[in-house]
Amino acid sequence: MALAEPILANDQDTGQSEVALRLARTWRQPRGLWGWFCNTHHTDIGIRFMVTAFIFFLLGGVLAAAIRLQLIRPENSFIGPDLYNQVFSMHGSTMIFLFAVPMMFQGFGVYIVPLMCGARNIAFPRLNAFSYYLYVGGALVLWGGLLTNTGPDVGWFAYVPLSGPAYSPGHRSDIWSQMITFTEVSALGVAICIATTILRHRAPGMTLNRMPVLLWEKLTISLAVIFAMPAVMVASGLLLLDRLVGTHFFNPAEGGDVLLYQHLFWFFGHPEVYIIFLPGAAVVSTLVECFSRRRIFGYTPIVVSVVATGFLGFSVWVHHMFATGLPQLSESFFTAASLMIVIPTGTQFFCWVMTIWHGRLQLRLPMLWCFGFFFVFLIGGLSGVMLASVPVDLQVHDTYFVVAHFHYVLIGGALFPMFAGIYFWFPKITGRMASATLGKWHFWLFFIGFNIAFFTLHFLGLRGMPRRVYTYGPDMHWQGLNMLASSGVILMTVGVLIFLANVFRSLRVGEMAGNNPWGDAGLEWSMSSPPPPYNFLHVPTVSGRDPLWEDPPDQPVVVGLRDDIRETLVTHSLDADPQHKDEDPGPSIWPFLCALTVSAAFVGSIFTPWAVPIGAPPVIATLIGWLWPRGQSPSLPRTGESWVH
Amino acid sequence: MNGAPKLASHLLAQAMPLDPGSHHMLYPAAPQAGHIEWLYWFIFWILFAVFIVMIAAFARAGAKTRAVSSVMLPILEKDEEKDRRAGWAVGSAIGVTVITLFVILVLSVVTGKRVEGLTSKNPVSIQITGHQWWWEIIYPNPQADQTVTTANEIHVPVGTPVVVMTNSKDVIHSFWAPNITGKRDFLPGYSSAFWFQIDKPGTYHGQCAEFCGLQHAHMGFSIVAESVGEFQAWQQQQLKPAAEPLTAEALRGREVFLTHACLMCHTIRGTDAGSRVGPDLTHVASRNMIAAETLPNTAGALAGWVADPQRIKPGTRMSPNPLEPDDLQAIVAYLQTLH
Amino acid sequence: MGSLNQPIRRPLTLDVSELPSVAFGHRNTTWLANVFYMTIEGMMFALMFASYFYLRTRTTDWPPGHLPPALKYGVANAVVFVLSVIPAWAVRKKAPQLNRGAVRNGLLALTVFALGATILRVFEFTALNCRWSDDAYSSTLWVLIGLHSGHLVTELIETMVLLAISFTPKMEGNRLADAAINSDYWYFVVVTGVMVDVLIYGTTRFL
Repeated sequence: MALAEPILANDQDTGQSEVALRLARTWRQPRGLWGWFCNTHHTDIGIRFMVTAFIFFLLGGVLAAAIRLQLIRPENSFIGPDLYNQVFSMHGSTMIFLFAVPMMFQGFGVYIVPLMCGARNIAFPRLNAFSYYLYVGGALVLWGGLLTNTGPDVGWFAYVPLSGPAYSPGHRSDIWSQMITFTEVSALGVAICIATTILRHRAPGMTLNRMPVLLWEKLTISLAVIFAMPAVMVASGLLLLDRLVGTHFFNPAEGGDVLLYQHLFWFFGHPEVYIIFLPGAAVVSTLVECFSRRRIFGYTPIVVSVVATGFLGFSVWVHHMFATGLPQLSESFFTAASLMIVIPTGTQFFCWVMTIWHGRLQLRLPMLWCFGFFFVFLIGGLSGVMLASVPVDLQVHDTYFVVAHFHYVLIGGALFPMFAGIYFWFPKITGRMASATLGKWHFWLFFIGFNIAFFTLHFLGLRGMPRRVYTYGPDMHWQGLNMLASSGVILMTVGVLIFLANVFRSLRVGEMAGNNPWGDAGLEWSMSSPPPPYNFLHVPTVSGRDPLWEDPPDQPVVVGLRDDIRETLVTHSLDADPQHKDEDPGPSIWPFLCALTVSAAFVGSIFTPWAVPIGAPPVIATLIGWLWPRGQSPSLPRTGESWVH
Repeated sequence: MNGAPKLASHLLAQAMPLDPGSHHMLYPAAPQAGHIEWLYWFIFWILFAVFIVMIAAFARAGAKTRAVSSVMLPILEKDEEKDRRAGWAVGSAIGVTVITLFVILVLSVVTGKRVEGLTSKNPVSIQITGHQWWWEIIYPNPQADQTVTTANEIHVPVGTPVVVMTNSKDVIHSFWAPNITGKRDFLPGYSSAFWFQIDKPGTYHGQCAEFCGLQHAHMGFSIVAESVGEFQAWQQQQLKPAAEPLTAEALRGREVFLTHACLMCHTIRGTDAGSRVGPDLTHVASRNMIAAETLPNTAGALAGWVADPQRIKPGTRMSPNPLEPDDLQAIVAYLQTLH
Repeated sequence: MGSLNQPIRRPLTLDVSELPSVAFGHRNTTWLANVFYMTIEGMMFALMFASYFYLRTRTTDWPPGHLPPALKYGVANAVVFVLSVIPAWAVRKKAPQLNRGAVRNGLLALTVFALGATILRVFEFTALNCRWSDDAYSSTLWVLIGLHSGHLVTELIETMVLLAISFTPKMEGNRLADAAINSDYWYFVVVTGVMVDVLIYGTTRFL
């Protein structure tokens, strides 16, 4: 591929050049109701993930408000124990499985990764769409359960034997297990799409060394998902088998073991929280760079830290089990590992400080949220260090101290960066700026309310209040602190309502955003806001880590990809050298149909094992429909096909 | 613990105007909880210092370099000198982090050994089994008639090592008395042992700390630490069979007990009631609270509990007992004789 | 008027029009997806193996109160698995050579082997000498062999679909690449199958 003569086309991507028109026609997605279900473009699917996830964030928040209302005073009768157990189990399950991963990893990743890579679409676009529908299926199953009084009521991690057949009759725990299956298959599908996009669809010149931190993080998280999700599928699958067909994996009376479940679950559960946190950290790295107006300090240490955290996240799971009476030596090992994982996270913090210190800080709204992250996540991380110490953990484990800790790291580590990222990429996604004034009100109300609500919980834990209690006696002297915590939630709620108002208002009358309102460096800022259906008029090449800042005048663009079929470029995993061309399959109804048949089989298996053999043939049929090769139109001759091996 | 943390914790306690009660992990009544409390404060103050330093760093970084402009400013050029200094700063910070974490690791392991290190040739042995939603307490003895069986209220002699053997009849529970020592999960299919020793007489409260179903919130217990003499007296009393009722009403109460659902689940030694499904009631009147530390042990509370336990602990395994008022009163009178 | 005097950006270009549009082997993106899929399923097997060994430590007898599974069908199936590598390898080799006939024959042979293995697997279920609901040991055995059977059946169907395609003119380009990738997945089924066999028929006798 020699560098050829310069082209003469008009390079404005919103211009009416013939190339743009042809690309728009080739890459357009179908309209109408049927068309909506056939859509396979990553920006549309990404927005669907994010909007759906946010709806479940709001629903999870309503559940949290119910919890705080019930606990506001001793022996309250706002909700009884049965409903309370469903409420807190649904709160945790909704927030983790229906909000955090679908928003931070799936939704945002699916939207931004192809744009940051310089690709026209995500890899395996139909798998991507299928993953979205399956996620919705799982969400509907879980919430359908709650609304029919079959909501899971055994906590978001559903320990056996409580969740087993002997102590949880009915279908509540089955619904939990199958919701896991839905959402984990969905996450695995997206992980394959994102990892393949990052490894094989980067713009020529974007060697691994030149990838933005965010792409490194998404690659790491995709691999973490691939290694971690199987564990929870095994845990929930074996639980389902114990309940449905009478196996004895977790029945001590027949040789089963209750700790086996905990090991399987937490082998997934701990990486899961890094799957939620690392996307937040990568957003922060991106924003710190942009709003300090300089290249990030310590690119290499940060990348190494991100990857190391992904690895080390798999070595600490037993710290959730310190109270089970394991041998001291093994507990010490896991203390050491749990302390060690602080080092890469600390490294990122130090590099962020230095970037701002030697930069030129412009404290725009997204950066304000980053400062909120620094404060909140720091506290959460430090309380995590306390939990790593076995003797201290044996006191505070399963108390409100832990509840405080994980809300600080999850809300600090994911929610604050989420809002930062929403305000930052809102102009790119919608074409309009969000209101900075409303955004600041949102920030301060949320930040103050959050700290009032959750800092208080540390003290409740120290004073002996365990988790998951639907009430407490007046002589426990927990009332004042509980009331204080509940009041903080009010401010948080108002803040979120202001955010919603900001979004709806800005969509209609927000200031129009150009291509790159923040002057950021990434490739996603090189086209119009919102991006056209073909993303890039010409697939770009890069020669540095911050393409739009470096922007050499003779940076080549890729030509030679056909614009009458959906042709994409596949590049080498390491140095992004162009390798061959591929064809995007375009819109298709099969991902949706396949998700329907798979959902039917999953839901059926909640009630009877026969759902598996009966449900399998429709699944196979829709898979065959999906994968059966389509004929080429005779008017579109295929490129002369030659192969490499 | 040494001076400054003690002062600080006192200040914090003053700032929290509420009585910490007998279930606050930072008010230890046993050396085990004492070791943990020491470690807690040590780690806390280190991390507090880290927090201050990091917040100060972010604040200075932000304030020092802040630019106010309505447009996005141009990108700064790479400054080798500044990057070099920043490199040293980050490297040192990582070094300090590693050392600090190592110190915390060593102290944690050492404290763990001190907490676990209690051992004795002559401890008081207690077998505690978790049930949904009460604690079965047994003081085992090779001779069956020397074995104390009770529920929810544990007595121990002051200054004597106690070893607890754990078990669970159903789901996972967790035994946690914050003033005494760290918690231990009770797992069905496993039996583990943990030790403690209480040096200050008093009554210490604990609660189940692993979600175990509908009445997890009402699965409390108490540990009464008393002098050796008082403990032995208590033991002797607990070993006796149930007292013969002396009044007509109490006699009638026993009759009601033995002809209704009660004997399906409860034991009263010296009568025909011998079921182990629910708590042993032979000496129920000697306990301070009933229903796993949910209600005071008074006639009114007993009556309410016996008549309709579902109203107080919905989901509990005890079904309502719709008794005639006279029968109910009689049963309560009988139970109150069971000291 | 001013715009005519502005320099028009005329970037250089990187012309990729001569690049091929089909890739075989590790350059193919579906190959990469298959690797990820094998990793996911491999993790599930690894965790099931770990659970098996973990449960072993919770009891003294092994198997606890059962005869070990009967050897005959398991050994027969292991032999079938090992032999099936031959047609899978043939497909993998012939596909990039565009030898449609050889690929079709290879897929046909592979289908026959997969069908044979599936039938033998049904008999294996009946000869395990325990029922899944007896105890944890039996549950683990059934799930180990059941998990693998799921992969076996999936592979059988996928091979049959590819076989069907190989009788149409659509078996060209990327579909040939898919046939080769299918062989990779078949190797995975064989390797995990042998490992499951060692656990079920071997460790129940010497652990």
